[in-house]
Amino acid sequence: MNYQGKKRIEEVKKQWESNLLNKVLKKFSERKNTFVTGSNKEINRLYDPLDLESFDYVDDLGYPGEYPYTRGVQPTMYRGKLWTMRQYAGFGDAEESNKRYQYLLQNGQTGLSIAFDLPTQIGYDSTHPMAHGEVGKVGVAIDTLEDMEILFSGIPLDQVSTSMTINAPAAVLLAMYIAIAEKQGISKTELNGTIQNDILKEYVARGTYIFPPLPSMRLITDIFDYCSKELPKWNTISISGYHIREAGSTAIQEIAFTLANGIAYVSAATKKGLDIDIFAPRLSFFFNAHNDLFEEVAKFRAARRLWAKIMKERFRAKDPKSMMLRFHTQTAGCTLTAQQPDNNVVRVAIQALAAVLGGTQSLHTNSRDEALSLPSQKSVRIALRTQQIIAYESGVAETVDPMAGSYYLEKLTTEIEQGAMDYINQIDKLGGAPKAIEKGFIQKEIQNSAYKYQKDIENKERIIVGVNQFQSEEEPMKDLLKVNPEIEKRQAEKLNSIKKRRNEAEVQENLSLLKKIASSEQNVMPAILSCVRSYATLGEVCDQLREVFGEYKDSIKI
Amino acid sequence: MKNARIRVLVAKPGLDGHDRGAKVIARALRDAGMEVIYTGLRQTPEQIVETAIQEDVNVIGLSILSGAHMYLFPKIMELLAEKEATDILVIAGGIIPNEDIAELKKVGIKEIFTPGTDTNKIVKFIKENIEITKT
Amino acid sequence: MDLGTRVRQGDTRAVAKLITLVENDFQHAQKALKDLHQYCGKAIVIGITGPPGSGKSTITDRLTQHIRKIGKKVGIIAIDPSSPFTGGAILGDRIRMQDLATDQEVFIRSIGTRGHLGGLSRSTQAIVKIMDAMGKDIIFIETVGVGQSEIEVIKVSDIILLVTIPGMGDDIQALKAGIMEIGDIFVVNKADRDGADKLITEIEMMIHLNGEGKKNPPIIKTVGIENIGIAQLWKEIERLIVELEENGQIYQRRRNRVRKEIFDLFQENWKDMFFQLIGEANLEREVEKVLKQENDPYCAVEKLTEKFKKKIFQGGNNIV
Ligand code: B12
Ligand SMILES: Nc1nc2c(ncn2[C@@H]2O[C@H](COP(=O)(O)OP(=O)(O)OP(=O)(O)O)[C@@H](O)[C@H]2O)c(=O)[nH]1
Ligand SMILES: [Mg+2]
Repeated sequence: MNYQGKKRIEEVKKQWESNLLNKVLKKFSERKNTFVTGSNKEINRLYDPLDLESFDYVDDLGYPGEYPYTRGVQPTMYRGKLWTMRQYAGFGDAEESNKRYQYLLQNGQTGLSIAFDLPTQIGYDSTHPMAHGEVGKVGVAIDTLEDMEILFSGIPLDQVSTSMTINAPAAVLLAMYIAIAEKQGISKTELNGTIQNDILKEYVARGTYIFPPLPSMRLITDIFDYCSKELPKWNTISISGYHIREAGSTAIQEIAFTLANGIAYVSAATKKGLDIDIFAPRLSFFFNAHNDLFEEVAKFRAARRLWAKIMKERFRAKDPKSMMLRFHTQTAGCTLTAQQPDNNVVRVAIQALAAVLGGTQSLHTNSRDEALSLPSQKSVRIALRTQQIIAYESGVAETVDPMAGSYYLEKLTTEIEQGAMDYINQIDKLGGAPKAIEKGFIQKEIQNSAYKYQKDIENKERIIVGVNQFQSEEEPMKDLLKVNPEIEKRQAEKLNSIKKRRNEAEVQENLSLLKKIASSEQNVMPAILSCVRSYATLGEVCDQLREVFGEYKDSIKI
Repeated sequence: MKNARIRVLVAKPGLDGHDRGAKVIARALRDAGMEVIYTGLRQTPEQIVETAIQEDVNVIGLSILSGAHMYLFPKIMELLAEKEATDILVIAGGIIPNEDIAELKKVGIKEIFTPGTDTNKIVKFIKENIEITKT
Repeated sequence: MDLGTRVRQGDTRAVAKLITLVENDFQHAQKALKDLHQYCGKAIVIGITGPPGSGKSTITDRLTQHIRKIGKKVGIIAIDPSSPFTGGAILGDRIRMQDLATDQEVFIRSIGTRGHLGGLSRSTQAIVKIMDAMGKDIIFIETVGVGQSEIEVIKVSDIILLVTIPGMGDDIQALKAGIMEIGDIFVVNKADRDGADKLITEIEMMIHLNGEGKKNPPIIKTVGIENIGIAQLWKEIERLIVELEENGQIYQRRRNRVRKEIFDLFQENWKDMFFQLIGEANLEREVEKVLKQENDPYCAVEKLTEKFKKKIFQGGNNIV
């Protein structure tokens, strides 16, 4: 902005304030003394060019597909290809989940996203005492390769991209995926998909850890290394802010803690001698789309810009692909209410819109029965249709980064980037994300925000329609999904039967080899592959690793 | 009693990792003047019951959002009965379908709080339902 | 069967209930404590103190697991601060000890300070007795995370472990003033981190400065989370216990402890008596006068003391 132009705006603004604004304010006060974003950042009455004085279009935004990628990672964005519509799903056993996937694909979904049950995510077989009551309840139960074969039967792995929400035992599930591809006659190099594989956020927000941080990080770098050679199209990690936000963080904290974790993974891999420009292009991210539309759009843009700078300046990456933050988004489950569940459809629509306006690469839209049970088939369909309406009817996908240039949005983008950077500096001072987690710093920050969120609702500083205002009597929702209680027994029978049919000597040999390799510095992936190919169970494989690595216990005070 | 405090064990049974709600509850109870013991994720029913007894809590607050409540909650109630500790007030929260709530109340869980509950309501419920004068 | 007998038989519920009584209403708990006293004195009491987050709970957990293997019965008292505003507390130490929760020979009790300063709760000593009477061989007391003045643990323990960690920076200097002097054994925990050896050198220097012919306390490196150094730490504790028993230190400490206990109890009673005989109203009246400058606090105390003496003299029977 030139000097003349600035002067003129200031003058007009002053006049407006004295002639109009102040008079109106005298007569009619505003609804609240202060207005804040969803993350409690104060919002001004309005924004104008004066707020963007130090803004530089080329440096701060540039053009899509180019550094610093604020406007998006591809030059044409959704004009070229819409985002991938990917609904997270899985429950009961492999057979039932397979049916749900077939249904989703038939209804226009373009990618798969697998939800595993808790025993699977924590490396227990369905017959483990701790698995009692949990088998198939909140995801699909996988014990051996046989379950995976059923899960993907009739789904050609070279034609879908598959995302698997699996972390501590990611290597095992990835190995099973490779093994069934082999059986389908598909080459590893064709496999397209993502494993979440982000252990750091498990310690702070998601809770499905098995091993302590150090050996867990080693498993992750082993996977980076293996995939960079064998599975060139595979996203080796999905560095996730989603769960951090759902655990209660603010938007700024979501970005800050996620990128801090990202920094930790990149550091670990480069320390191991991996070439940044070989593994970094395969990193992907996963964010939350919460209620505050503008703040969320700004958040996605800020995250892209900040990561690009970190990769270029801090890690000296050369390949532009290393600097691109590509991400999946899920709408915020924690905003969805058990009261008047149909209202959730509207919330999800706004949140999904934020994700699209923020340039997401793929999207899960939550179902209206989110706060009641796993989604019913009908609810999932509405959720999927919501994305489709945004894509095909709203027109927002027809131009790239349509909200750029809004004074408010650009200001917010900068503020969020700055706020996140401040946190990252603080975490660096503590010695990086793993140390900050060990000290409980990140957990405490999230907990404080979560508690404030709850208190704000109770004090009515945050209005949730149907919960603390506009309540109404209602009939309980019908046709909720109920998981078949027989699954646990069925799964146990299947497991026992495969144990009888497999070549036991081979299994034991593979398992002890794995144990030996885990104790060495060698990459564990090939040994895990041999184990799963011989139908060793997930629990058996994880037990070998437990013996070598030990187990992590929840241990952070509130 | 001169110096009595309400003591509460907030516990997460099973494999469930959803701890946002449990931690919010723990803090709210603390801010209401209670002594809250939080034992972290992945607790077995045996650990929960033994802890409740050693800590002589007035209340056990269980939290499950992962659907395993119909196995884990009754198991905990069974162990409490075995240990003759049924005087402890047991309440729970999380994602619990309506039809399960009725069954769980039958096995002795006094109240179940589902999403959207104001924590003040929980504090009030506890204060109205325990006898702090017992020794 | 009365509570005392059940406690002695190791009845977990009875022990837990008696501890609650001690915490909530000390006067009423005294009867049971009287009965139990004769069964006390066998347990070794180990205080574990150090700054917040240094690993006190982790070390307590690991030491307990270690000595459970040689059959020792263990009691643990874990203290966390209560909020001065609401009186509430989150008692979190136990989160690191849950592997011990179902071991019938381990009894863990988490307690809040309830306004008591010094790093312990008012009830700590009585809880030690209860655990002692129930047959515990070793009783660990984990204090709140301490700064420099919370050294009361010295008054209830036979020996004290001071847990420190590398990277405390200047904190070690601040610690010097208070708690560094009370450690019988220095534990340098988190030795997996940089700076453990530097910390040891610093501690050694500081001990030398303290000088005065006292034997230098041993310094043990540990990595609590990985169970490294724990066996050695226990060996050192056992050795020290023998040493302190032989040179009369433990006797001396226990003697001090009993003296303090008697005096504290007396003070408690005296305080109660004051309120019973003089009454809140009289006190308030004096407060009012002092505030209005009609009297000074010194004369007020003299007046109240006179009144107090007279009442006692009149035969303040059954006032305790
Ligand atoms: C946040 C959230 C997450 C976060 C958890 C973060 C964390 N650290 O807690 C993340 C993203 C990590 C997550 C992950 C998963 N989630 Co989730 N999650 C939710 C969500 C959206 C909100 C829960 C929440 O925290 N709400 C805010 C808090 C404050 O409320 P609350 O917990 O309900 O607590 C209130 C009451 O319930 C009650 N209460 C709760 N506990 C207690 C305890 C006591 C003693 C008392 C008195 C009261 C009480 O009082 C509280 C205050 O009002 C719910 C859906 C929903 N909207 O409820 C799904 C939901 C619980 N998740 C679900 C699933 C399936 C999962 C996964 C298992 C998916 C998978 N297969 O991987 C994973 C794995 C998690 C794991 N490790 O166990 C399902 C469970 C389905 C079921 N039970 O049938 C739900 C219902 C979503 C759905 N419809 O599919 N999730
Ligand atoms: N790196 C490392 N971390 C440790 C070690 N010992 C404990 N910790 C971690 O340090 C943190 C604090 O441990 P605690 O045992 O709770 O410490 P504390 O002194 O009891 O803490 P407060 O009771 O809160 O004062 C936890 O995250 C432990 O896992 C160790 O030897 N090395
Ligand atoms: Mg502790």
